[in-house]
Amino acid sequence: MSDTHAQSVAYVRETAIPPAPAPVNAAGPVKWMRDNLFATWANALLTVAALYVLYLILASTLPWIFGGLWTTSSLAECREILQGKSAACFSVLSERWNQLLFGFKYPSELYWRPGIAFVLLFIAFAPVLFFDLPRKLLILTALYPFVAYWLIWGGSILIPIMALAGFVGGYVVYSKLVTRNFAAGFFGGIAAAAVIWIIGDYIVGALASDTPWLTPVPSRDLGGFMLNLMLGVTCVSLSIPLGIALALGRQSSMPLIKWICVVFIEFIRGVPLITLLFVASVMLAYFFPPEATVDLFLRVVIMITMFSSAYIAEVIRGGLAALPKGQYEAGDSLGLDYAQSMRLIILPQALKISIPGIVNIAVGLFKDTTLVSVISMFDLVGMIRGPILASTDWNGVYWELLGFAALLFFVVCYGISQYSQWLERRLATDHR
Amino acid sequence: MKKSVILGALTVAGLSASAAAAATLDDVKERGTLNCGVATGLAGFAAPDANGEWTGFDVAVCRAVAAAVLGDATAVEFVPTTGKTRFTALASGEIDMLARNTTWTFSRDTDLKFDFTGVNYYDGQGFMVPKSLGVSSAKDLDGATVCIQTGTTTELNLADFFRANNISYEPVPIETNAEAIQQYSAGACDAYTTDASGLASSRATFETPGDHILLPEIISKEPLGPLVRHGDNEWGDVVRWTLNALIAAEELGVSSANINEMAESTTNPEVARLLGTEGDLGSMIGLNADWAKSAIMASGNYGEIFAKNIGEETPIGLARGLNAQWTNGGLLYSPPFR
Repeated sequence: MSDTHAQSVAYVRETAIPPAPAPVNAAGPVKWMRDNLFATWANALLTVAALYVLYLILASTLPWIFGGLWTTSSLAECREILQGKSAACFSVLSERWNQLLFGFKYPSELYWRPGIAFVLLFIAFAPVLFFDLPRKLLILTALYPFVAYWLIWGGSILIPIMALAGFVGGYVVYSKLVTRNFAAGFFGGIAAAAVIWIIGDYIVGALASDTPWLTPVPSRDLGGFMLNLMLGVTCVSLSIPLGIALALGRQSSMPLIKWICVVFIEFIRGVPLITLLFVASVMLAYFFPPEATVDLFLRVVIMITMFSSAYIAEVIRGGLAALPKGQYEAGDSLGLDYAQSMRLIILPQALKISIPGIVNIAVGLFKDTTLVSVISMFDLVGMIRGPILASTDWNGVYWELLGFAALLFFVVCYGISQYSQWLERRLATDHR
Repeated sequence: MKKSVILGALTVAGLSASAAAAATLDDVKERGTLNCGVATGLAGFAAPDANGEWTGFDVAVCRAVAAAVLGDATAVEFVPTTGKTRFTALASGEIDMLARNTTWTFSRDTDLKFDFTGVNYYDGQGFMVPKSLGVSSAKDLDGATVCIQTGTTTELNLADFFRANNISYEPVPIETNAEAIQQYSAGACDAYTTDASGLASSRATFETPGDHILLPEIISKEPLGPLVRHGDNEWGDVVRWTLNALIAAEELGVSSANINEMAESTTNPEVARLLGTEGDLGSMIGLNADWAKSAIMASGNYGEIFAKNIGEETPIGLARGLNAQWTNGGLLYSPPFR
């Protein structure tokens, strides 16, 4: 059969034609541009207009950025050198670099301490953020707050050790009692921690030496971007567990707990954050004698945490409401008690649904930490608006300073947002 | 630990709230530092430099009081306050005195329960406009947008001035001076109004100061001075007479350069009383005999402080004007040290 054609036709091709490259206008960048940029006349016009606008923006900003001066000692000197040319005066960043990052009062010979705390932050957060890492690393996370407190504030090492001992003691009592009754374990744990703290208070008072290893730094000396990061990290980490508790409390069948949670959430959500900060900074001072006031940093942390936990509670409530009722019934039918069914069935699903909302609030909260500049704390924006712009050398440098602040915040917020997208992909269990 | 502190503090709060009002002098001596409220940053008046050291015209008053009371001009805890937080900070006892270019007004002195202890800068509210606006008098500003700092007396003066002249304006409320300058130079408002000293110093930082003019109208009296809580007269006396000592020192020719020489060999009895080599003025207000000498040595007499921070040699470039000694046609007039 096969050789009949060989006799009837003059030529038979015996090998396949090698695939030819696609025509230039049907592949590669040209095709991409035809499809995406110049598909229709209207699109082509819009593309050209957009390119022109981009050119205008870059043509004015790039020379400004790359022609910037980094080494002058005042704005007047910058202007003298530039002679009317338009270029940035980045010298303010190099001269006030430490002030922008650490505030103007943190002792300069101690900058290494917040530096180490910052590096340790990544180590401590890694096991929480990436749960493929060994679970044992979570111990580092648990130790981190105490180490960071000691590094940043300094003072006697007994204070963080006693605080840690209180938590450990509370946990031990809780785990002993919780097998019998959750409430007994919960309140027993709190009582044990309180007892250890009160005893520890006396021990620290008696034993703390006058010359600790790390020089103590008072809270009001903290400032700069360090303050924003500290407030952001502390408040987000505290408000997520609190938000979960509030969300569960709001769905509770016990009227007292339910109504406490409802009133708390609705009250906090109905008050602007700036009002809460004013209460923290000025109003509370009326209720405490001048010597015994609670630390301003702590007051602000409490207020911001309350604020964001109310919002996170509502996001998580949305996640809880989105679960089909069958999931709750499944937990009951397996004979799990409330804590078990929440921990093993409900919350893992509800929290996964809530991730975008929680991240949204975390990013917003991190940016809201700049509001503390209004109550005369010198965070990054407070440093720029107050001391730096008020100095006679740098009065009038706006774009460079505020652009730098925007860049720092963008880096952090974009990082958070990228992480959350990774997390959503990682947790996706549906087969789409 | 924190919990026990909070609970303890709550119970003590009621008891000591009244006690905190009195005997500030003893508190300061016991603490060893003076808590002094200043601005969060105002060029020439109060701002930390690149090393974090506070300097400025108002800061010098704090340092002089610290030197008079504690003998150490560096024993000051500067508490930065905004226009909104300054009065609560003073009333609640968080600070011992406030030196934050605050205008002495009737209601602040009486209703808010503070005592102004004198005037360290006589100011008045003016207007700055771009030359291109073509305005030569504030009365031509009908319908203009005006940048104004909120929570200050300037806001009220502005309303009074425009109402009295029966012309209209649109306020652009702004939080800080730096922000106001930014808005003004970006063209968000036609005119910027604040104390004339502030306008002059802001104009000096512009790239082309010649393009902006200060209008001739000064629409208010703004006597700026340090203040303390009402009801602690001993402490009020200390702050008042420290400021007076700085002013008197300039009048009497005592400066930080010649003060040691003057203390040893002066023949002027008032200088001798001021510097504590004669009489016992110090013990009358509960301080050491050389209190005024320490205060003057802290950063010089009034004239030196003025020249160093805001005078014509500095970028702020203010003339003495109303703030010259009375002997030179100004308003500074210290009561006698006797």
